Amino acid sequence: MAHRKQTTDEIVVKIKGLNKAFGNHVVLKDFDMELKRGENRVVLGKSGSGKSVLIKCIIGLLEPDSGTIEVFGQNIPNLNHVDLDQIRVKIGFLFQSNALYDSMTVRQNLEFPLRRHWMQVTQKEVDDLVMEALDNVDLMHTVDMMPSELSGGMRKRIALARTLILKPEIILYDEPTTGLDPITSLEIIELINAIRAKYKTTAIIITHDLKCVRLTADLVTMLIDGYNYKTATYDALTQSEDPKIRQFFD
Amino acid sequence: MRLPEDTRKFLYETGDIARFSMRFFQEAFHPRYEVREFIHQCFVIGYQSLPLVALTAFIMGFVLTMQLRPSLVSYGVESMIPSMVGVAIVREIGPVITSLIFAGKIGSSIGAELGSMKVTEQIDAMEVSGTNPFKFLVVTRTMAATLMLPVLIILGDAISLYGSYLGVNIWDTTTMTLFFSQVFEFLTYIDLIPAFTKSFFFGFAVGIIGCYKGYHSEKGTEGVGSSANSAVVVSSVLIFVIDLLAVQISNLF
Repeated sequence: MAHRKQTTDEIVVKIKGLNKAFGNHVVLKDFDMELKRGENRVVLGKSGSGKSVLIKCIIGLLEPDSGTIEVFGQNIPNLNHVDLDQIRVKIGFLFQSNALYDSMTVRQNLEFPLRRHWMQVTQKEVDDLVMEALDNVDLMHTVDMMPSELSGGMRKRIALARTLILKPEIILYDEPTTGLDPITSLEIIELINAIRAKYKTTAIIITHDLKCVRLTADLVTMLIDGYNYKTATYDALTQSEDPKIRQFFD
Repeated sequence: MRLPEDTRKFLYETGDIARFSMRFFQEAFHPRYEVREFIHQCFVIGYQSLPLVALTAFIMGFVLTMQLRPSLVSYGVESMIPSMVGVAIVREIGPVITSLIFAGKIGSSIGAELGSMKVTEQIDAMEVSGTNPFKFLVVTRTMAATLMLPVLIILGDAISLYGSYLGVNIWDTTTMTLFFSQVFEFLTYIDLIPAFTKSFFFGFAVGIIGCYKGYHSEKGTEGVGSSANSAVVVSSVLIFVIDLLAVQISNLF
């Protein structure tokens, strides 16, 4: 179980009346959610229910049809590119497919966001930050390897290291354990909790993996029929009699 | 009247490519400039294409000479071979053949590279890490293709003429000085300038179409293959269309 005492009352993400449709297919319908600093929130829903769309809207990769997404008090859909880039420094995003740059080594993958945001940083500082990020995921020996030389679990950890390198305050995890064996999944779950403990991050975790939900979530938001059907603790949800909720836990 | 589905699709895509090209010009001349990536792409697109361009250009010049010779001999004007080959290569064959080879190699590689980056969310990852992926991927590759193709064409033309010189020496004997002085005797600026100018447009077409197809790739790995394929087909057709327009324009002068 995650550590609830790490949360504060400061709201860092506030979503109100979020709507998003692709053509006639409505994905998010008046979705509301609030996230406190330091909280680990899991969003649980069926495949295709709009979970990934939700976090892509939060980081500005997708534009919502209507509604507000306030991150640190700034409404993401209204931001211009410059402001959006500035706020993105504070948000890390772990992609489901890892999205490591195939043509770059692990070192170059990790350096890439650093060079973009911290232009004045020296090579020595870059090297130190890269090694620190790799140390966090226990993969320092892979620094000069290509992504194609790594296993699925290692790639996920490198992707996590790249997410961490700018020391984000919020991390969005898109199905972090999907496609991994149970042992590697548990390693990633432990990493998510270790990162939270070390960097005091706030997180939104999209997953179907109930073990991941149980071990990482302070609160779970059930995304059903495009809206926030219920938000409660994992234990409260497992005891729910509501058939729409029960189907996830039976 | 409702247009047929294919026509509407074609018009929609044409408009989309025009918008994509406009965005290229908007992004290309505003900081931040991705100089390192641009230089890297010049190396990949220009330098690494040189062996293929050189080989095909050499064979082209050699074969053209061998094919022309019997006809010219029958008229007793085989001494015209250098000037005829020179004009044909510099004005038309060199730019078009080199551009088609370039479209096959570079158009497909850009289409496949960007396509696979798109379907594996690498382009999204670039965007969330604060990089403008259009600037980093599209502007650098299109600019490199636009600037490198004219260089490759000039080198290809020179190698092609050298192939022709060797072809001439199989049957007859001529010195390199005499051969090239005959080539340049018949070449004027009216031959050189349009050929050089249109090569920038060929390069731009290959770069922008490769990027467009890759950037809009979908349907997973199947989509990547299809992006690479259609990048080559569309840019090859565009090369001929631009060539047709260039001939019409240059004939005005």
